[in-house]
Amino acid sequence: MAQLSPTAEVPGHAGVGGGVHRRREAPWWLLPLTVFLFLGAFIVYSFWTAMFQGFKADCALAAYHCGPYLSPFYSPQVGDTPLGHPFNSSAMWILPIPLLFRATCYYYRKAYYRSFFWDPPACAVGELRRREYHGETRFPGILNNLHRYFMYAATVVLVFLWIDAVEAFTYNGQWYLGLGTLLMVVNVILLTGYTFSCHSVRHLVGGGLNCFSKARLGAGRFRLWHWFSSLNEHHPSYAWLSLSSVALVDIYIRLLQHGVFIDPHITF
Amino acid sequence: MTEMENPTATSTSDDLDPAQGLTGETLTLHVFKGEPGETGTEQAYEVPGVTGMVVLDAIHYIQRNLDTDLACRWNCKAAKCGSCSAEINGKPALLCKTRVDELPAGPITVRPLKAFPLVKDLVTDVSRNFEVNKEIPPFTPAKDDGKPWRVAQRDISRLREHRMCIECFLCQDVCHVLRDHDHSKRFYGPRFMVRVASLEMHPKDTLDRIDLTRKAGGMGYCNITKCCTEVCPEHIHITDNAIIPLKERYADRHWDPLRWVGRKLKGDGSKQAEGSK
Ligand code: SF4
Ligand code: SF4
Ligand code: FES
Ligand code: FES
Repeated sequence: MAQLSPTAEVPGHAGVGGGVHRRREAPWWLLPLTVFLFLGAFIVYSFWTAMFQGFKADCALAAYHCGPYLSPFYSPQVGDTPLGHPFNSSAMWILPIPLLFRATCYYYRKAYYRSFFWDPPACAVGELRRREYHGETRFPGILNNLHRYFMYAATVVLVFLWIDAVEAFTYNGQWYLGLGTLLMVVNVILLTGYTFSCHSVRHLVGGGLNCFSKARLGAGRFRLWHWFSSLNEHHPSYAWLSLSSVALVDIYIRLLQHGVFIDPHITF
Repeated sequence: MTEMENPTATSTSDDLDPAQGLTGETLTLHVFKGEPGETGTEQAYEVPGVTGMVVLDAIHYIQRNLDTDLACRWNCKAAKCGSCSAEINGKPALLCKTRVDELPAGPITVRPLKAFPLVKDLVTDVSRNFEVNKEIPPFTPAKDDGKPWRVAQRDISRLREHRMCIECFLCQDVCHVLRDHDHSKRFYGPRFMVRVASLEMHPKDTLDRIDLTRKAGGMGYCNITKCCTEVCPEHIHITDNAIIPLKERYADRHWDPLRWVGRKLKGDGSKQAEGSK
């Protein structure tokens, strides 16, 4: 075995900023690109559905409502709807809450800092842009600290979504069980999983205590914290699954409303 | 972690013993060689493959047989001393914990930690970390807390994970705040967030380091992108179980509307939260 001649002249040990990375296991851009496309598609879709789909000129049922089903984008219903103007729909009033809840979520922060802002695009991959970095110490990043506010508000919205899911079991005074009912129930379960697995919730139920034994209800809160911690490990999965289910339920109801197909169901 | 011991360690008897089984494969390593202030080179070496070998074995083979001048810091070869941190194929990792058969085919690139000043070849000066450590007030129990202590398992079990840290500083190396933005004066870095968390959550500790960690420690610079967690050889959930809990403790005081109302109703002007000391 031999020492070969130097194969490459590389910049001196770079210190901050430089550095050459010649090989990695998988292309580093694959994950950020996937997240960018998926999250980007959801953002565009939610704005489209909130701005332009809550209103119909002939005042027929708006596209978010069909049979016993109500789109999660439009719940709770604020005032009479359609409200008569595309920028004055329930979704325009309500949607900011879950959107900001997600925008300030610790998991989504990781996802979008990497895929949208490339800060960093992937681990040990140099920043692609050179600029001053303040992280979450200044505006606008510091606003991510508002996560608690949105968590409380989103929990209230979640209660309404559970009511919608339960109401989807009745229609015209009869019990009703359709494919849409199941979708709505699965959706609200996933949203509950997402909310309960939140890092702030994990902290509030017990994680914030330094000594469980001395705290009021300490033993119970320790168990609770343990349970919420296990849920918290799956927070990213709940984040993506619930995001997909919200869009799916909305699309499903929209298709029904447009008469693309009939909801498979039984009544009793 | 010991510093600078044996920078050109020669191989030991357990290195590449043919009795362990030569694989017949020849590995190519591209190893950084250079000193501060000069343009380094990536030097190519060929090393015989041995079943189960780690990258440190290959470096030892090079030192013993091909290039006795190659500098590399190591100590335990058991992933416990944290000395052999480097960047393998562009990723911060322990040389002694990275098996070559887990790396993709083709040459293996080995470079020094990028976030720290170079000493020579694969050795960097990580002493900056020890300076940061001094800024963190140490464990301080109450003076009148008579020993022996009896601490319930549930109050201490969380800290086990934090105590697993071997101070390899791979997390400090990969953190983009230190690595790319050079904010080592403003941000303690992930390893020290783990240390602060373990002190803050300790049931017997009496000090409060939350505001210090936010201000001098620069906790807000961390944007929870989790690279530290990805590289930690001890699998410490640095972000989920240290940094986020610290950010949440800070939020208890400054960013929680319900607690704010609660404090107003109680007439408690302080910003202390329930877990506070
Ligand atoms: S999560 Fe925070 S501390 Fe860890 S690497 Fe990312 S920015 Fe650095
Ligand atoms: S936290 Fe993990 S990566 Fe960071 S110094 Fe400790 S063991 Fe190494
Ligand atoms: S919702 Fe993701 S951390 Fe709170
Ligand atoms: S030599 Fe001790 S950790 Fe690798």
